[in-house]
Amino acid sequence: MTEFFQTSVGMPFGWAWFTATIIGILVIALPLMLAVAMIIYADRKIWAAMALRRGPNVVGPFGLLQSFADGLKVFLQETIIPSAANRGLFLLAPVITFTVALIVWAVVPFQAGVVLADINVGLLYVLAASSLGVYGIILAGWSSNSKYPFYSALRAAAQMVSYEVAIGFILLSVVMWAGSFNLSVIVTAQQGLYGWANGNAANPLLFPMAVMFFISSLAETQRAPFDLTEAESELVAGYQTEYSSMSFALYWLGEYANVILMCVLNATLFWGGWLPPLDWAPLYVVPGIVWLFIKMLGFFFLFSWVKATVPRYRYDQLMRLGWKVFLPLSLFWVFLVSGVLMAVRVGF
Amino acid sequence: MSVAQYIKAFTLWEFVKAHALTLRYFFKPKVTINYPFERNPVSPRFRGEHALRRYPNGEERCIACKLCEAVCPAQAITIEAEPRDDGSRRTTRYDIDMTKCIYCGLCAEACPVDAIVEGPNYEFSTETREELIYDKAKLLDNGDRWERVLAANLAADAPYR
Repeated sequence: MTEFFQTSVGMPFGWAWFTATIIGILVIALPLMLAVAMIIYADRKIWAAMALRRGPNVVGPFGLLQSFADGLKVFLQETIIPSAANRGLFLLAPVITFTVALIVWAVVPFQAGVVLADINVGLLYVLAASSLGVYGIILAGWSSNSKYPFYSALRAAAQMVSYEVAIGFILLSVVMWAGSFNLSVIVTAQQGLYGWANGNAANPLLFPMAVMFFISSLAETQRAPFDLTEAESELVAGYQTEYSSMSFALYWLGEYANVILMCVLNATLFWGGWLPPLDWAPLYVVPGIVWLFIKMLGFFFLFSWVKATVPRYRYDQLMRLGWKVFLPLSLFWVFLVSGVLMAVRVGF
Repeated sequence: MSVAQYIKAFTLWEFVKAHALTLRYFFKPKVTINYPFERNPVSPRFRGEHALRRYPNGEERCIACKLCEAVCPAQAITIEAEPRDDGSRRTTRYDIDMTKCIYCGLCAEACPVDAIVEGPNYEFSTETREELIYDKAKLLDNGDRWERVLAANLAADAPYR
């Protein structure tokens, strides 16, 4: 696109690059917002169906416009800032959460060659950006100057930090297998496993990591059964308790944008990203972005399914799972994968 | 832990079972009634909003015997009566305080001429308390409005009385 602006519009390279990037960001961010709205609706519908309810079905056909109605309602409400709150940080915190939820999308490959920033440390960037997400939460909890948000923020910080450690090791095994931090390379490295399968998850060595990554991503996005930060019986609404109107909506959007991102990362790292599930020529007729979207929806269904099924962990159980099960297991797996790679690709 | 337990723990067996259960529920037909658009059927004996009925010729049925007023356990009914110009006993005032009423249906049971009845309507909420103190005009209006249903319900229930 940069060339298009340089040649047809006649811009200098800097301006052409800038315009092309802005357009790229909009092309990703705007459909993402729409996807978030629809995914919130899907979440409510799936959850309701599993609880033998009908879910939203009044606004628009089948209730499809429910999220937009909610958005409009929230948009028209007054932003209430508690008098004891730290105004600046209080308003900044949801912006941080929302921004961080969006910036990670820059390195997500939607199709062969279709990625906003094809940087070769893509996965490191993902880790760095998602670690920043904790700031939005801890600032919200602290600046609200209210006890429940504060407890919730402490919980969220500890939880995200502990599961990020395990996620780091899990990703390391994928990175070693693909030999690159670049997400596009990681996807192409999954092609043609045994000559017919696409995706690391078909590899028995990496399949346990796929499961663990899925569970860790539930914890990372604070979805059930790890939604202790929003344990309504103890903490009202967690760190969002004091938020209202658009600042609340930003948390809502950011949270679900993160959920979608984690679904896409699950698909990209372990289930072949934009590649079709089988390495079979007719399947490549379907554009890669469609495969990615289908996989993302599948993972989102899993996310909702888990939310509708399991009860919430106790906090010590959450910590035990993170530090005493996932951390040693993933560490052992890094050792195992590197050993296997050494034996298979390098030789003793 | 035994080996079987280890296998169960590492294959997340209990989780898989739980998810199979919720998936079955996911595909089950939903029984929720979409209330404003769908409604449950109402029995002919349903005791809802009150109505004062008339005879087919337009004469009001109530003869001011005050049995309903006497039997009302909540003392929600107030009746005043005077002979009308043509000499018949008729009420000049017939008020029901719907905020006091407990919808027991004793007034309808007591009525010798099926004048006061409780109809099938249960959607008569109001925004002010005053609107729930029904006077004779309101009750007669209810009777005119619901007469067909009220008559049908009385006829349906008659064999069991």
